[in-house]
Amino acid sequence: MCLAIPGRVIEVFEDHGLRMGRVDFGGTVKKACLAQLPEASVGDYVLVHVGFALSLVDPAEAERTYQLLEAMGLLDELKAPEGPA
Amino acid sequence: MKYLDEYRDGRVAAKILSEIRRVTTRPWTLMEVCGGQTHSIVKHGVDRMLPSEIELVHGPGCPVCVTPLEQIDKALAIASRPTVIFTSFGDMLRVPGSHTDLLRLKSQGADVRIVYAPLDAVRLAQQHPDREVVFFAIGFETTAPANALAATRAAALGVRNFSMLVSHVLVPPAIACVLQSPGNRVQGFLGPGHVCTVMGYREYEALAAHYRVPIVITGFEPVDLLDGVLRTVRLLEAGDVGVQNQYSRVVTRAGNLAAQRLVWSAFEVCDRQWRGIGSIPKSGLRLRYEFREYDAEHRFEVGALQTREPAACISGQILRGLKKPHDCPAFGGTCTPEHPLGATMVSAEGACAAYFTYGRRREEVVR
Repeated sequence: MCLAIPGRVIEVFEDHGLRMGRVDFGGTVKKACLAQLPEASVGDYVLVHVGFALSLVDPAEAERTYQLLEAMGLLDELKAPEGPA
Repeated sequence: MKYLDEYRDGRVAAKILSEIRRVTTRPWTLMEVCGGQTHSIVKHGVDRMLPSEIELVHGPGCPVCVTPLEQIDKALAIASRPTVIFTSFGDMLRVPGSHTDLLRLKSQGADVRIVYAPLDAVRLAQQHPDREVVFFAIGFETTAPANALAATRAAALGVRNFSMLVSHVLVPPAIACVLQSPGNRVQGFLGPGHVCTVMGYREYEALAAHYRVPIVITGFEPVDLLDGVLRTVRLLEAGDVGVQNQYSRVVTRAGNLAAQRLVWSAFEVCDRQWRGIGSIPKSGLRLRYEFREYDAEHRFEVGALQTREPAACISGQILRGLKKPHDCPAFGGTCTPEHPLGATMVSAEGACAAYFTYGRRREEVVR
């Protein structure tokens, strides 16, 4: 139920006063309400749940988390012996 | 897909796993609250990758599973009316009521339709002014803004043939209920990432402080889930409590304030029955008085309903993390996704359905 998927905003439009967008989910395009995400514009990634954009995906935070995870164990690898001398 | 695929990277998962093994010195019991996380954990086998000291128990965060039988029976009674077009998320159609389910009703001629978005139901009402369109508004905080939007939109556009049967639930009171239960074994929580995109995590800071537990707001992909487990175990091993935000790419401490304002414009907090668990104070949402005419319970008189739960179903104990699906004698035998006895076998997020779908037919002793 709480499934929400990140997609890229490809168009922003108004539907009888409601701010809506077309969002591309890896090739599948669906409409989503952007009214509660006024800062979202074309090119941004948004997290969508049942046709409603809940939040922006923060690219800097995504990068930071991923780099931290990538770097995990790196120090151990550096410290590890390089094999029989 | 961007922001999904990189969080399914086996190489990164292996690094986190070795770190989890390194920091774990004794047994810990963690609960993932959200049914979406349960589904992902079982699908990707995350729980089987973990060291044997760490047990994941599945929480009550499946709205389809906890929608009370009485609301299901009301839905069935309303959907049976010839003037009504009854709309719902697809998951609800197979959920057994006392005597039938929405899918069976549909096959017998009732006009039951699946919608992707709550706004679609409002549009349907505009297209069919001679019919009553009712939307089954269920869900946690994640779904509340979309459902609130349907109510406010119908009111703004003057769509008078639209109403909602509301059965909304809230996560923090459910966590408190788990922690207060006498048999509780849960020592730390993976917090519900998507609920927190809307609500933020201040309420979880209060819970963590009050009950002295760590809560890590966690995403849904395998790498997110493993990172959530690692952070929770680190806190437990250090004897620390408090909240960490693993899902910082979409969750902020305050959440989406505009979405929260939308929710409170249409809904207010109420006591709510949880199927299999019982009544939890202040654990639900109902429409505010101003939206009374959009409340299906106000619009349709359904009379007193006699509810009847199947005796064989242990979903209540599964939802509270006391039992696992294969502890149930009916699991995979008289209870399957095609012929479910209880809601945990229906929803993709129910623990029983996830175990059945991914071949977990019996307890595995060796990991």
